[in-house]
Amino acid sequence: MSSNEFYTLKVNGAEHQVSDAWIGESLLYVLRERLGLPGSKGACEQGECGSCTVYVDGAAVCSCLVMAASAVESEIATVEGLNTDGSLTDVQEAFVTEGAVQCGFCTPGLVMAVHHLLDENDSPSELEVKEALSGNICRCTGYGRIFAAVDKVVAVRKGAHQ
Amino acid sequence: MSAVKTKRDVLGTSSLRPDGNAKVKGDFAFTSDLHAENMLWGATLRSPHPHARIISIDTSAAIKIAGVECIITSDDVPGQLTYGLISSDQPVFAKDVVRYMGEPIAAVAADHPETCRRALAAITVEYELLPVLFNAEDAIGDAFQAIHPDGNVIRRQQIIHGDTSVEGDVIVEGHYVIGMQDQAFLGTESAMALPDPDGQGVEVFVATQWLHEDQKQMAACLNLPPEKIRLVLGGVGGAFGAREDISLQVHTALLALRTSRPVKMQYGREESFFGHVHRHPATVWMRHHATAEGKIVKIEARFVFDGGAYASTSSAVLINGVTHTQGPYKCPAAVVDGYSVRTNNPPCGAMRGFGVVQACFAHEGQMDKLAAAIGTDPVTIRLLNAMETGDTLITGQPVESVAPVARLIRETNEIPLPPALSLDANELDLPGGSGITAERKHIKRGIGWGVSIKNIMYSEGFDDYSTAKCTLSDGKVVLKFATSEVGQGFVTLAPQIARSVLGVTDAICDTIDTQIGSAGSTSASRQTWMSGGAVDGACRLVRERLFEHIGAQNNIDPIRFAIEDDEIVDTAGTFRISVIEASQGITISETFEHHHRATEDLDENGQGNCHVAFAFVAHRAVVDVDPELGLVKVVQIATAQDVGQVLNPLSVLGQIEGGIAQGLGLAVMEEIIVQEGRVRNPSFTDYLLPTALDAPVVVARMIEEYEPQAPLGAKGVGEPPCISVTPAIVAAIRDAIGKDIDRCPVRPQDICL
Repeated sequence: MSSNEFYTLKVNGAEHQVSDAWIGESLLYVLRERLGLPGSKGACEQGECGSCTVYVDGAAVCSCLVMAASAVESEIATVEGLNTDGSLTDVQEAFVTEGAVQCGFCTPGLVMAVHHLLDENDSPSELEVKEALSGNICRCTGYGRIFAAVDKVVAVRKGAHQ
Repeated sequence: MSAVKTKRDVLGTSSLRPDGNAKVKGDFAFTSDLHAENMLWGATLRSPHPHARIISIDTSAAIKIAGVECIITSDDVPGQLTYGLISSDQPVFAKDVVRYMGEPIAAVAADHPETCRRALAAITVEYELLPVLFNAEDAIGDAFQAIHPDGNVIRRQQIIHGDTSVEGDVIVEGHYVIGMQDQAFLGTESAMALPDPDGQGVEVFVATQWLHEDQKQMAACLNLPPEKIRLVLGGVGGAFGAREDISLQVHTALLALRTSRPVKMQYGREESFFGHVHRHPATVWMRHHATAEGKIVKIEARFVFDGGAYASTSSAVLINGVTHTQGPYKCPAAVVDGYSVRTNNPPCGAMRGFGVVQACFAHEGQMDKLAAAIGTDPVTIRLLNAMETGDTLITGQPVESVAPVARLIRETNEIPLPPALSLDANELDLPGGSGITAERKHIKRGIGWGVSIKNIMYSEGFDDYSTAKCTLSDGKVVLKFATSEVGQGFVTLAPQIARSVLGVTDAICDTIDTQIGSAGSTSASRQTWMSGGAVDGACRLVRERLFEHIGAQNNIDPIRFAIEDDEIVDTAGTFRISVIEASQGITISETFEHHHRATEDLDENGQGNCHVAFAFVAHRAVVDVDPELGLVKVVQIATAQDVGQVLNPLSVLGQIEGGIAQGLGLAVMEEIIVQEGRVRNPSFTDYLLPTALDAPVVVARMIEEYEPQAPLGAKGVGEPPCISVTPAIVAAIRDAIGKDIDRCPVRPQDICL
């Protein structure tokens, strides 16, 4: 299940050579099983649940739907790259303090989705938040505490700018 | 816990999850994230047919594929060929007959998931198709020959109670249908097995609800002593009942033992739909007899739960269903007949609510019919019949639990209704959402009610105890238990208990594994009560010994000591010492088993004190419906839940909101479609789960009345939120469109055709 070819992926700013890989592997599989980045989760394999959300050239995508070998020209960012100094981002912090985490399987994907939303829209309406997160399924929380976490980040960021 | 006078995260505070930081960073190790040197991947071959005889299995081509290391079938199972939670009736691999679509036939270990896929495709199985028993009613009586040596009726239970000759002034009747719901946890089944070097044992990391039960069943199938199978809880991505049964545990361990290499198995989403049990689809008939004023005098009912091909927990689900026929209402007489049956449909077992969901959907439909029949409203009829502590159930069991049913209804009713749908509402707020198909002017609003009672802990004489060990050293506590953390937050609660009992700040949880006694299952809303009781008990024993130690050192009778915040104080003197200082240089370790009070089996008339305790909840749903398109938007859920003592408000709120979303799913979205035994929608594209846009506004009140039976005064809060919200939403749809709907989930055609 391998070839002698290799390709290079740029993930979180660093180049990773992927060698002896089956060409049919998804970006999610390569991140998790070959590059030691298991933060992105697989839960549906068809782009419905958002657990595997990464950024490819700044766009939030489901890495289960991207062929890894097709992403060689792209800048890929994963949850592991959000904050490399070990501290939490404001979104991550709010997820913890507002109770948005239960089993946590959807959490990395949701954290990526929320960062992406707030980078593009610093004061989303309630409906804009719901729409932006509707591609990320959470089975535990019923979403209430996730909305609370988003609200908190928005409020804190606004406060910081005043 | 109103009077918290400490900055420490004791009971009553919204202490944060200790695994929260790791989870938000993607650092938390779910079982599927595990990796081992020289690891193989495992995969399962499953039957495409719901009922067939296996003529032959040919693995010769598959084993020749480069990278394939091992293929196992029933012939390779060294021990017992079957497993099961209550009766051991489910084959590790089908041998002669497959009884449901998706039943495992063989497993393969190979170097890559794609190699596994190709190997499975290369195994040839010859089948002779058999008639499919897919209608649960056909499983009762002699209409269909037995599809399993244990027969087609898994269990029948009747309840005969009170003066059954009574007739009501008012009689209402209904037939109800509850669809098959999937737990749909996000982290699919996963395990990693590491064989011992001598091949005589195996360590297995697994996402499960009950390590010791897995260990017991695995030991029998693998023909190994239980201690040779060391189970460790791998990170669990949700459970909701679906991890109570064996799925890939035996397969993974057996592949590892046969190849002498680490093996990881992880189901994909489609396989997950076939790899675990679901919520029982059921049909329920009920006839309520009431006085002219609306007081229930008798209930007649008949339940049929479709258990699918294997028994799993069907017999216990049945008991939960029939014993909750009356709901949270007084009822002096009942005649109930219930069956859980075997069919060639997917096996069904535990899911949040466990048989009570089905009963509640029916009894709440009946309460609304009763209200209509006597000309009153849903709130009045429920208050008129509301159960109280001291009432007798139709099983003859007295309700000793706190039962604030009337208060729950009143408090829910006090929650303000949401504003009317505005004329210029965004299309995302309309039924159908972004489909932009509903028109504002067509939309009708409805309000509905649901109230429920749920037994907590296991029933019918089962001693589902829990074990915990507390070790105090240098002011630090380490807690050891086998309690499965599936997301519910026991790893948050356990240190809170230690901080409250022992006055420490630094309390952590040790690895969750089988190196201590059983904790029982993370199910039946039982872990706060049972494992909470065990941790509390262990911490109290340690406190007693610490008091003895300090008493001996200072010549004070230890009976005079108490913990006051983070200090030990002499209640009859002036001596005080911080717990940190008092425990310097010593180690005190104690283990405690918590048992709940004994319960009884039901007799042939369904009489007996079979349940431990009960929790109650009320839900009011507000929905917007487009009657022409059959689309529903759940606008608001108001709820008041009987929680006993609140130990962690944030965790309780998380359970309430999460349970409501799952109940909403069963009300209007989620159903595994099974046609003649074949599952038609095993994917997240075709099995729809509530998204952020489907989530209603939830307004929740936690009703705190200390439960004296519970070790911490707290009732389990996991299941009640999802039970009566489903009938509340369906009642609101009925209210909106004025049409009788007798099934859930409600489909567009149920509304508009």
